[in-house]
Amino acid sequence: MDSKLLPEGVERCSFGMFILWMLPWLAILAWGGLAAVLCLVKGLNQTNMSNVFAFALWIVFDLGVIALGAGAFFSGFLTYVVGKKELKNIINAAVIIGFICYSGATAMLGIDIGQPIRGWFIFWHANIHSMLVEVSFCITCYLGVLIVEFVPIILENRKLDQIKELHIFGHNLHHIMGVIAASGTFLSFFHQGSLGGMFGVMYGRPFAARDGFYIWPWTFFLFVLSAIASGPCFTIICTKLTELLTRKKLVPDNAIQLLAKVSGWLLSLYMVLKIADTLVWIYDIAPRAGFKFMDFYREGPYGVWMVAAELFVCGIIPAIMLMTPKIRENQGMLVTACLLNCTGIILNRFVFIIVTLAIPVMPFDRFLSYLPTWQEWAIGFAVIAYGFIVFSLSYRYLPVFPKERELNPIAG
Amino acid sequence: MLPFCFEWVWNVDHIIFFGLLYTALTIVATCVVIAAIKTVMQVFGFTRQRHF
Repeated sequence: MDSKLLPEGVERCSFGMFILWMLPWLAILAWGGLAAVLCLVKGLNQTNMSNVFAFALWIVFDLGVIALGAGAFFSGFLTYVVGKKELKNIINAAVIIGFICYSGATAMLGIDIGQPIRGWFIFWHANIHSMLVEVSFCITCYLGVLIVEFVPIILENRKLDQIKELHIFGHNLHHIMGVIAASGTFLSFFHQGSLGGMFGVMYGRPFAARDGFYIWPWTFFLFVLSAIASGPCFTIICTKLTELLTRKKLVPDNAIQLLAKVSGWLLSLYMVLKIADTLVWIYDIAPRAGFKFMDFYREGPYGVWMVAAELFVCGIIPAIMLMTPKIRENQGMLVTACLLNCTGIILNRFVFIIVTLAIPVMPFDRFLSYLPTWQEWAIGFAVIAYGFIVFSLSYRYLPVFPKERELNPIAG
Repeated sequence: MLPFCFEWVWNVDHIIFFGLLYTALTIVATCVVIAAIKTVMQVFGFTRQRHF
């Protein structure tokens, strides 16, 4: 039915099978749409957010997907600025994943701000000393950059490519991609950092507050480093999942191995700095604010186990696995290491957002718990479903993996 | 006050923040416009079409 739209020389499942695959994701997206309408019409009373938990599940999702979407800018930087040619075999996938992450996060923020009709206030009444303003500007601009990067991939669709004007425009865009990638790197660096900086300057919350360099708390640099360490791993996971579902090899091993190696070394550097940061926090920053380390973990479910899980299980272990060639060459171990790495980064964002707000600060404060409503979960899952839908459509109709035809020759 | 920022103030903070932002935006926009102009020139035969 849609065979004329499919890339040449590659196999795809039947149209009926594709629709069947899409149905559950579309159902989840519709569920999220219903929750979004409820939130927009009735207000944020549909959520369990409060004056204490102004940042909640949606912000965890946002910061998580933005960190994982960093694979787009970092892969683009390595491909076009550093000149790692082998990554051209995976850069399209990285760009699409980045686009999904950033557009999903932006859509979710549109619901989260409660009154999207006033969303432009943050640009018009810009408080330039606010980390959140910097984040808003950079995320919006970087989404624009990702759209510019995504357009040439869309224009490579078999039908669109037959239109001479679009064919030439797509290739002209390809030629300037180096400059676009460099601009994207600049924008991404600052918003990833400012997301971290936002927590580091919360001096009224000793659990999150940190010292720093000039106007930037150390969390600024840690968030940038953790994003570029985990983003490429998320790209690997998405690629491997696509290979598993399609039962094909889509990307040559040298591209995957390079991304995994870079990710491993960056993760190890991040772990060294993160452990140093944690020690300074335990022995200097927290005592100065009148806290002992264990004071933070007296109540509630968030115990020291979270520190151990983040630093050791999801930090040091995957770093060693990714740095060791023999381990990362094993497909199962590679995927495990990537999963642990991404889990660690999401855990880190969860700790900074939820645990920071839950832990008592004043002597008369008590531990506050928060459980999301179904509307919050629905919108969160809708973003995941949206990701599956966009990536599935892209894989079916666009030449996402340039080596697919070569790696999977059609018999006869 | 500038049309791009309602509460614009002529100080270093604003100039650095918006200067960097508009520099990045100008670079991206210029690249897209150049690609569009090159496309028009090539489609109408004013410049030699490159073989891809």
